[in-house]
Amino acid sequence: MLAAIGVDSVADLFEQVPEPLRLGRSLELPAGMSEAGVYERLAALAARNADAEEEVCFVGAGMYDHYVPAIVDAITQRSEFLTPYTPYQPEISQGGLQAMFEFQTAMSELTGLPVSNAGLYEGPSSVASAGYLAIGATGSRRFVVSRGVHPHSRETLATYAVGFGAEVVEVGLEGGVTDAAALAEAVDGETAAVILQSPNFLGAVEDVEALGAAAKEHGALLVVAADPMTLGILRPPGEQGADVALGEGQPLGNRLDFGGPSFGFFCATEELIRRMPGRIAGETDDVDGRRGFVLALQTREQHIRREKATHNICTAQALNALGAMIHLAWLGREGFRELGELLARRTAYARERLAAVDGVELLHEAPVVREFAIRLEAPVERVLATVAAERGIAAGYPLGREYPEHEDGLLVAITERRTRAQIDALAEAIGAAVAESGAIVGNSATKAPEGVG
Amino acid sequence: MADASYPDDLRYHPEHDWARIDGEEATFGITWYAQDSLGEVVFYDPPEVGATIAKDAAYAEVESVKAVSDVIAPLSGEVVAVNEGLADAPERVNDDPYGEGWLVRVRLTDQAEVEGLLGAADYRDLLDS
Amino acid sequence: MMSLAETPMQRERAQTIYEKSKPGRRAAVLPEAEVPETPLDELIPAALLRSEPPRLPEVAEPEIVRHYNRLSRRNFDLDTGFYPLGSCTMKHNPRLNERVAALPGHARLHPAQDPSRAQGALELMWLLQRSLAEICGLPHVSLQPSAGSHGELAGLLLTRAFHADRGEERTKVLAPDTSHGTNPATVTMAGYEVVKVATNERGGVEIDDLREKVSEDVACLMLTNPNTLGLFDENIAEIAALIHEVGGTLYYDGANLNAVMGHSRPGDMGFDIVHVNLHKSFSQPHGGGGPGAGPIAVSERIEPFLPRPQVVRREGENGGAPFFDLDHDRPQSIGRLRGFQGNFGVFVRSYAYILSLGADGLAEASETAVLNANYLKARLAQGRAGERLPVAFDRHCMHEFVLSGKPMKRDLGLATLDLAKRLLDYGFHPPTVYFPLLVDEALMVEPTETETKESLDAFAEAIEQILAEAEKDPEIAKQAPYTTPVRRLDEVKATRKPVVRQPL
Repeated sequence: MLAAIGVDSVADLFEQVPEPLRLGRSLELPAGMSEAGVYERLAALAARNADAEEEVCFVGAGMYDHYVPAIVDAITQRSEFLTPYTPYQPEISQGGLQAMFEFQTAMSELTGLPVSNAGLYEGPSSVASAGYLAIGATGSRRFVVSRGVHPHSRETLATYAVGFGAEVVEVGLEGGVTDAAALAEAVDGETAAVILQSPNFLGAVEDVEALGAAAKEHGALLVVAADPMTLGILRPPGEQGADVALGEGQPLGNRLDFGGPSFGFFCATEELIRRMPGRIAGETDDVDGRRGFVLALQTREQHIRREKATHNICTAQALNALGAMIHLAWLGREGFRELGELLARRTAYARERLAAVDGVELLHEAPVVREFAIRLEAPVERVLATVAAERGIAAGYPLGREYPEHEDGLLVAITERRTRAQIDALAEAIGAAVAESGAIVGNSATKAPEGVG
Repeated sequence: MADASYPDDLRYHPEHDWARIDGEEATFGITWYAQDSLGEVVFYDPPEVGATIAKDAAYAEVESVKAVSDVIAPLSGEVVAVNEGLADAPERVNDDPYGEGWLVRVRLTDQAEVEGLLGAADYRDLLDS
Repeated sequence: MMSLAETPMQRERAQTIYEKSKPGRRAAVLPEAEVPETPLDELIPAALLRSEPPRLPEVAEPEIVRHYNRLSRRNFDLDTGFYPLGSCTMKHNPRLNERVAALPGHARLHPAQDPSRAQGALELMWLLQRSLAEICGLPHVSLQPSAGSHGELAGLLLTRAFHADRGEERTKVLAPDTSHGTNPATVTMAGYEVVKVATNERGGVEIDDLREKVSEDVACLMLTNPNTLGLFDENIAEIAALIHEVGGTLYYDGANLNAVMGHSRPGDMGFDIVHVNLHKSFSQPHGGGGPGAGPIAVSERIEPFLPRPQVVRREGENGGAPFFDLDHDRPQSIGRLRGFQGNFGVFVRSYAYILSLGADGLAEASETAVLNANYLKARLAQGRAGERLPVAFDRHCMHEFVLSGKPMKRDLGLATLDLAKRLLDYGFHPPTVYFPLLVDEALMVEPTETETKESLDAFAEAIEQILAEAEKDPEIAKQAPYTTPVRRLDEVKATRKPVVRQPL
């Protein structure tokens, strides 16, 4: 090979790297290992994690311990789906393109909006992407966002907004849902988008249509983040006036994976199609009249539009979106609805059981589907540690860090894997931990008022 | 339109745009060369009626499947009409670039600018060079 | 003329899963409720409930499997054949990585698990960070960005924070005219204006043009080195100095890192911020368009602005074992770029890859990538390819090279597109076409290190045959492909009247 190239050694090929820039030593990394050795090393690391097989998982906050059917892996692990790249040559990518088309159809059905893309990275950055779209569509640079929207989404939006030169205004919650009066007050003619989430971070179902009126009045886009697993039973954002419906796709066909990879779904009205971020598969025919699929409206994208692209995204999360489609096909129309009903009923049961525990109160009484918030009369972190150590249960997500007004708050999530027995055990465990904590700390486990020694 | 043509009654801008002067108003579009280079037009993004456009500056975009092209104004003026028909039939820009494929009609703000445009023969020379 | 008899796969017309749906069919068996089956409208107001479930398909499991299996065979993939897509680094994806990523300790770990019970995951992330720091030559790493573009955005937001911290407001970002489209797209998203820098005849940045455009209004210069022409910019030290002199940051698009791992490090070249594409150099499978990850490595002066949270290693108490944690206490941070910690599953695979190859293996990978590219370039410099597809820049390339189809078009009437389509019939994925824009009728070829000499020879022979065929009858390639599941598709129709979902 060297002869064909016309050099004596491979080192000659690196001559274009100026001498001072040649590393000249080995990387300070361990030597390569055998496959078995790598496996052992990774298994040892995995063993030091308390995963959902070790600790019963009631933690949600956007990602949920659902049962992902075996066929998802069987299909997504196929070489033909796992190893190609983006379908730039459609003639040999009909598998991927048709899968995208089917996925887009499914997400459109779930959200009630006619246009879906083939997916973005995940939930929170999709909210930021909606902000970018809204700026392009309205010419305004102000976002009004409910504190019911996932804290990670709000934080991500704030980060991106610095680049957009946009202002972000937050509206608080009242009784677990967005304060409608405060929202109406906050929206003005300079608002590009009103951003809501339903169910919101505290698990409450929001009246998106009513809240969205403020957006319509001022010509702002209504952007709604949704939990896709609830869309089998909840009225879809598209039927409630949303211009954009998006969210974290993980519950559909994807593992927890310590937070990723998953995917973000992103749907919009017909009018916004040319402003959509990301890949979109479209149907067409080939020269012989055969039905086929291609990447449509590519002029929106970075590889053509460059600095004027609707987004900078290139690699997205195609394989994860495929997993979602397979899961949805496996559930099917009836199964998806039934699963939603199951979640709602088990959650209602869990909420009732926990509300009945001494030292536990509901944080709000708004309707919920699969997640709800409670208040503990004992330090939340301590209760969580006790319940985990003594009962092997991950009891929920502590609200205090992101909602300082709910320092005593805990978010509890339900999936179809959380059996009645596990829910009963959770209630018992929390009850015991709260009581134990109260016995140590004295009768009041709440913070002493300021100024008292 | 199959064969290259550059009507004599039009004036041309080096960025491959034409103008048909009609008293105080003018109609603009892109030339045969421009539509041929672009390929089949799939989308036209027009300016608003009432917008001010400036000579030599981009006032609209025309898209094919694989490319986006700025459309350059041959003359300055105020937009009085936009070819709405192109929304449903953008291919008119390819099939009839000087007729049904017109892009905007403007009220000219500086007649003197017309002198700076090329005649059909000079534009053809520019293409050959 | 080519025989146009339909292949079996072509005879099988595309049918979506919705079209295979029959009411009442079903795959899922759900668990028993076990709790009272309260009517939904007693739990949630009827006005907030859907009247009809979404129209998802109704199919049994064997149908689903058969549908997606058959669909998968309408894809060409890397495990099946040569895939020389320039700048995508389509290297082999080791299956060990899938196995370790699927371990429940990784796969079923909730991202909000208490750090004390996720030490394995946090340590893995920390170890990956250290590895990338060493490979890039920059001390501080964030794994948060989910793709290269996301890393680019992070880089420009970090740049913005850096300048703001010094009380400066700059408006421009420089990028070469050969840059990948994500670069200018990101510049706009970060609130800057793109200024293009010219490329010289050696294929590097035109220094005089850069000198003219550099100013105190320039926030950053975004480069990739080697660049999208596959050429190492020998002036990189001078370029770095020019930007640093005016106080700007130098950003490295890591798409081409596969050329230099263990041989040269962007940190040593003078870059402040580097993104790495784990789905390129670090073997994460491409998945048909993701998932990937775009972690960033930064210099000391950029560190305070890194996204939040950061994975850190804290010393153990009383000489105990060190503790890995998520550090949220970062007052100067640009904030979050996404939820939770990033694409952890991708980190697992990439870390397994780094462990597998080790220091010498990574260096060897780059060396072999460069060898393979130069060999293929040399093969294609012979025969008809040499005449019709000359290399755009006549010097040794690094891990990829760009050919121009201009003579082929002029002499045979064949566009690069036609060559690409005919390659499909020969069982190859074509190289990247029509990029970079600088080269007429461009063909960007990146073989990667995981191809044998035989594989490269076969590709060169296919190109030769296609060109020979075109000399006799150019129509063959112009009407290609013939043997793929569908032939050339009407993209105009797809874009004029977009149909982006199944009507139901």
